[in-house]
Amino acid sequence: MSTTPTDKLAEADLEEIRNERVTFERTPDMPTEHMILNFGPQHPATHGTLHMVLELDGERVAGATPHLGYLHTGFEKLGEYRSYNQFVTLTDRMNYLSPLCNNIGYSHAVEKLMDIEITPRCRDIRVALAELSRLADHLLCIGTAALDIGAFTAFLYGFRAREVLYDLFEAVCGTRLTTSYTRVGGLLRDVPDNFAEMARESVEETLRATAEIDRLLTHNRIWRDRTEGVGVLSAEDAVAWGATGPVLRASGVEWDIRKNEPYLGYETYDFDIPIGRNGDAYDRYLVRMEEIRQSAKIVRQAVEDLPLGPVNAEEEHAVLPEKSEVYESMESLIYHFKMTMEGHGPTPPVGEVYAATEAPNGELGFFIVSDGSREPYRIRVRPPSFVNFSLFPMLIRGHMLSDVVAVLGSLNVIAGELDR
Amino acid sequence: MENQEEHQAEGVGRPGRPGRPGSNPEAVTARIRARFGDASVRDGNAVGCESVIAERDALLPFMTFLRDDPELTFDYLADVTAVDRLKLDEAVRFAVVYQLYSYKHNRRFSVSIPVPEADPRIQSVVSVWPGANWLEREVYDMYGIVFEGHPDLRRILMPDDFGSYPLRKDYPLHGKGERDNFVF
Repeated sequence: MSTTPTDKLAEADLEEIRNERVTFERTPDMPTEHMILNFGPQHPATHGTLHMVLELDGERVAGATPHLGYLHTGFEKLGEYRSYNQFVTLTDRMNYLSPLCNNIGYSHAVEKLMDIEITPRCRDIRVALAELSRLADHLLCIGTAALDIGAFTAFLYGFRAREVLYDLFEAVCGTRLTTSYTRVGGLLRDVPDNFAEMARESVEETLRATAEIDRLLTHNRIWRDRTEGVGVLSAEDAVAWGATGPVLRASGVEWDIRKNEPYLGYETYDFDIPIGRNGDAYDRYLVRMEEIRQSAKIVRQAVEDLPLGPVNAEEEHAVLPEKSEVYESMESLIYHFKMTMEGHGPTPPVGEVYAATEAPNGELGFFIVSDGSREPYRIRVRPPSFVNFSLFPMLIRGHMLSDVVAVLGSLNVIAGELDR
Repeated sequence: MENQEEHQAEGVGRPGRPGRPGSNPEAVTARIRARFGDASVRDGNAVGCESVIAERDALLPFMTFLRDDPELTFDYLADVTAVDRLKLDEAVRFAVVYQLYSYKHNRRFSVSIPVPEADPRIQSVVSVWPGANWLEREVYDMYGIVFEGHPDLRRILMPDDFGSYPLRKDYPLHGKGERDNFVF
């Protein structure tokens, strides 16, 4: 036992304890035990299967240990057994909230490796679809972050607008979720005639929903109390830990691959990069809200005067011919056959490439090693969620248990991308 | 079959076109050679980005130099991954590949470190870039490469008692029957 019995505590010390200036763990006679709480793998706020072991000191989180891999599907292994065009279907299933961004990021990497220049029409369609996906992703992220904290309405407003966006994706790709829209050097097919009109309408709908969410949340006392000062990430930590996307920008680092290393002609568009000041969950929300408005601007610019012409580059040994031509022209049929037959298809030169694009969650990189054959020798995905989520134990330490979902929602962790 | 060979030959034999380098393409390699000597690094073969192949012996001083040198300042580690070169014509089986980026100079750089199969060890760079933590765990999980000095080197995606390293080239695509014996 301790040499200083409790009854010998000075009156002043007891006074301090009463006023909670001294916590009980500091008194040697009354040690407190940490409680272990399993968060997930099936918890509504994890949006997928995600398991965390939380160490609680009362209601405060003393430590968090994430256990990943519940959704591990072995995409990288599988990619070594699939041709370059077949792998597109796997990219859909990574970040399943914005599959088009994954398609585009992957094709961009293969085209960089093969040195294929895509056509102006293809480029602008890709920009429009990538930004429309960003709208859908951010709407869902903000909506579910609010839902987890208890604000149901914002989620419904977001989903209503997202439905219009998904109708557009369905009209373009044929599917809502598993889009698989890009091919090496081009696209699955051209967009429908009313694409520009549909894009403008869905942008309008998104902006309407954003305005409504803005009115519901931005100055909402409860929302601000729950998110301000929660999960604060300094700019230095964000850089050192490799955070990207809205998480990085909310910490005040003005960096966006679309601006700093432009691809798909992003340098020709007029848009701004929003940054936050405090790096907390509230700033991440504000950055995403502003990114929706900026992406809406980009979509409008991209679909205005969409260039005419083919969507597939003229590289007959790498790019699939237009489907309509396959039915009518002998040469196209032969090329199509050769491209899709076992043992054929795009064969990049020997080498390795790392190509990064700005996905809604941050830097989505594809690292491809080619041995000159039809399948990639090694294909690696640098998932933004994975790196952003590694910050979580640091961000949540010392916060309340109920802040776990607030921080998790603000990082926008997508389990499919996290585990691949 | 004749067509296939013709086509394959064209794909493979196409000369590797040079990448599209930035304003000063060899600046990083020159700076490294000025500091560590001409023989310290060899040129890598990344497309569209400067890259080097370095040795694993003095990895930490090398990486710290890349991060802290005012003309380089690679302050952001974008990715750590590995390649199993079992089926490639390489003397050393594994290569750990680092993708670096400098916010200040808006420049990317790739470092490849060969790691032999007999002694799959490499120093951890968590002390240089804390973000390497989970990325290195994933490489350990998938390839069995041990990162010395890593604060928490455990498997990250596969179960803790998973006996194999699934991204190695000698591991079959359909697994070794682990699924059948998996206990929930």
